[in-house]
Amino acid sequence: MITLSHYLILSLILFSIGIAGVLLRRNIIIVLMSLELMFNSINISLAAFSHFLQSMTGRIFVVFTITVAAAEVAVGLAILVAVYRQRKTVYIEELDEMKH
Amino acid sequence: MVSWLILFIPLIAAVLITFVTRKQKDLSSYVSIGAVVLCFILSIDPILTLLKDPHMKPVEQGFSWINIPGLHVEIGTLLDPLSILMLFVVTFVGSLIHIYSRGYMHGEHGYSRFFACMSLFIFSMLGIVLANNFIQIYIFWELVGLSSYLLIGYYFEKPSASDAAKKAFLVNRVGDFGFILGIFVLFQATGTFNFIEINHILEKGGIPESTIYIAALLIFCGAIGKSAQFPLHVWLPDAMEGPTPVSALIHAATMVAAGVYLLARTSLLYHFSPDAMEVVAYIGGFTALLAAVIAVAQNDIKRVIAYSTLSSLGYMVMAMGVGGMTAGMFYLTTHAFFKALLFLAAGSVIHALHTQDIWEMGDVFKKLKTTGTTFILGSLAMAGVFPFSGFWSKDEILTIAFTSHHYFLFTIGILVAFVSAFFMTRLVFVTFFGKGRYHGHPHESPSVMTVPLVILAFFAVVAGFAGMPWIEPNFGSYIAGPLHGGHGEHGFNLFVAGLSTAVVIAGIALGYIVYCKELKSDPLAKNVLYNLAHNKFYFDEFYDNIIVAKVYNGIGRICNFAEVNFIIIFFVNGFAYLTRETGKVLRLTTTGKLQHYALVMVAGVVVLVLFFGVL
Amino acid sequence: MELIFFYIFAIVALASAIAVISIRNPVHSAIFLMVCFLQVAALFVLLRSPFLAAVQIFVYVGAVMVLFLFAVLILDLGRERFGEYLHHQSPIAIIVVVGLIFVIGLGLARGKLDAPLGKYTEAELVKNIEVTGELLYTKYVFPFEVISLLLLVAMVGAIVLVMKERK
Repeated sequence: MITLSHYLILSLILFSIGIAGVLLRRNIIIVLMSLELMFNSINISLAAFSHFLQSMTGRIFVVFTITVAAAEVAVGLAILVAVYRQRKTVYIEELDEMKH
Repeated sequence: MVSWLILFIPLIAAVLITFVTRKQKDLSSYVSIGAVVLCFILSIDPILTLLKDPHMKPVEQGFSWINIPGLHVEIGTLLDPLSILMLFVVTFVGSLIHIYSRGYMHGEHGYSRFFACMSLFIFSMLGIVLANNFIQIYIFWELVGLSSYLLIGYYFEKPSASDAAKKAFLVNRVGDFGFILGIFVLFQATGTFNFIEINHILEKGGIPESTIYIAALLIFCGAIGKSAQFPLHVWLPDAMEGPTPVSALIHAATMVAAGVYLLARTSLLYHFSPDAMEVVAYIGGFTALLAAVIAVAQNDIKRVIAYSTLSSLGYMVMAMGVGGMTAGMFYLTTHAFFKALLFLAAGSVIHALHTQDIWEMGDVFKKLKTTGTTFILGSLAMAGVFPFSGFWSKDEILTIAFTSHHYFLFTIGILVAFVSAFFMTRLVFVTFFGKGRYHGHPHESPSVMTVPLVILAFFAVVAGFAGMPWIEPNFGSYIAGPLHGGHGEHGFNLFVAGLSTAVVIAGIALGYIVYCKELKSDPLAKNVLYNLAHNKFYFDEFYDNIIVAKVYNGIGRICNFAEVNFIIIFFVNGFAYLTRETGKVLRLTTTGKLQHYALVMVAGVVVLVLFFGVL
Repeated sequence: MELIFFYIFAIVALASAIAVISIRNPVHSAIFLMVCFLQVAALFVLLRSPFLAAVQIFVYVGAVMVLFLFAVLILDLGRERFGEYLHHQSPIAIIVVVGLIFVIGLGLARGKLDAPLGKYTEAELVKNIEVTGELLYTKYVFPFEVISLLLLVAMVGAIVLVMKERK
């Protein structure tokens, strides 16, 4: 029998992998992919709660999350392309002009 | 509702004059006069209510201004016999003086400014009169200080006028500092600013007498400043630099009486602290005597009247101190009439002769019949001759001093009555009779000035009858009723009345003997005492050379030393150093690297979950 | 039976996720990301949410993945240079991530599900596409409209951002 905890633990580990990706990788595309992983882990827990609580709210929320994630990816990648044209780099470390 | 209207009409007038009718001088004066006359008409209704029912309940209207736990401040109005009386005095005398000003100030530049300031003053004064709590009275207390400053400094291009304005303001500040401290002490003890609530709490008892004593003395500081009592009396004579109607309205009839009004308002406080009352009484008595003696040796017609005002204020304060709240208020009322009259008549003389030195006047009675007659009537009232108003009010104060066994103060009062009669006689004879020492051709003032004189003269003569001890109900029964501080009834003491009449007659006789001659200068000028008094007992010099030069500059030097050696090193430079060093450390955190920030964020999440989710 | 499938999907998802963040070639990362998305879609099926599974495949595997691949190809990224794919803060980062797993895991272990159950029965949830549609057009119609506007804005924004200015 699968319990809620199964899904939540899976979600937690997936989320942590996403965070690790954001914190560890220099390539900004991989960072964006890690963000997608985090979105997915949250979706899993939302859907799991929705399922085990016999409610629809979580599922509806997942729909919204996916939409927002799609929008985020579109804008994020567009920014990435624009930045790459300017700076010829995809390494986050080299994009630190904001501190000045 | 009416009280709010009365309060705000002068403010509206002041704003209107400042922003709309500034260029049209005539219109400005009409707006200002209209406002104060309207206030008078509106206050007739409360006056009639009071006259119908001497035991009327105080009508209080207020709304919350600041309401936080532990502090409740309201803005409100209080109509009780005391404030209705002051309402009458302020609006009635104010109306006449405004009308008079229209003639007196004719042709002055800044005519509109004058009337705007006058309206502002009426607003502030009514604010004091109608206030139902200490914070409000303090705000308006400062506002009358401001309007007084503006009006004393009306001729601001004259250095003496602007200096006098600054002096009045700063000296008042000294007293007001004590006043606000007193309010705080009282608030700490009672937890409220409202007069009626404070009175209830005081009646219930339970507040230690030492607290009441301190609060009463500190609040008295405010009265000392505003009513120009010793040792802060130095500003009032200098305030005569302002136009004469200002001297009449602010520095004789109303504003300086605010201190006395404050004492009457808080009379219950003094009732519970006999020690504080003693202090009040002796300061008042001393001021009365000091000012009366100085008045003898002054040569400026306005300064003589100013010192007589000081003396009268001392009298009122003394009355408050010996427990005669109603007597003090009665004297305040009659004083408002005859002193406003004296100032306005003096203004009329100045208007005609273009000088203020009484030794450049003389023998003008024939030319200035109306002015002269009204001035003499006012002088008789001031001197306290039977049956003029001054006699009744002074008699009441003396009776209380006598019956409450303050024999020393009673003696001072008798002495002051004698000296007052003497210097008023001197003023009248030197100004209006004797040898003509004036230049030019004086002529009587226009009727816009003389009509208010006649009306005021009428009241100066008859107002005293309201306080005759054997009519019922008289002045005292209206005012004393709901306020428990003062003794309501005073009998008529034949000994006191006889003695005061005798010394007044003696004073007038002495004045007649000395001054009813063809004189060129003061025959007493060689006298040592005269010189002392002429120089105001060197109070100004004392303040300038000792207080300011030694004490004040000494404190300044200590402060400078402390600032240079401690404040700057430890605080100014210390904080700068601290900020710079902190910045150096904190700068390390601003790396501009996105993932550093993300790491800190996640670590923060871990800590937050640890604290709020798990532990 | 379900449990076995759950473990298969879960392990594949986690493995591919780890691959995503550890492989140097971005194209390979993208492929593994797609694998991970597919496993999540399968998990949605296990959670009796076929609609979500379909949306997951359409949006993520279809649209988002294509975007990622396009981006990788447009930017012409080769393999990252050796030794540069791990950030220099990695030791602290790993400690923090382990800490996160630990505290949230602790919370999960201690936690107890006591929220009230919803009104939908098991049977209704199975055919939840109708219910989802109904809710989206009734109760959640306003968020629905807002989110569509957001998509429009994102689309316009993305186009404007990458558009080359004409000289």
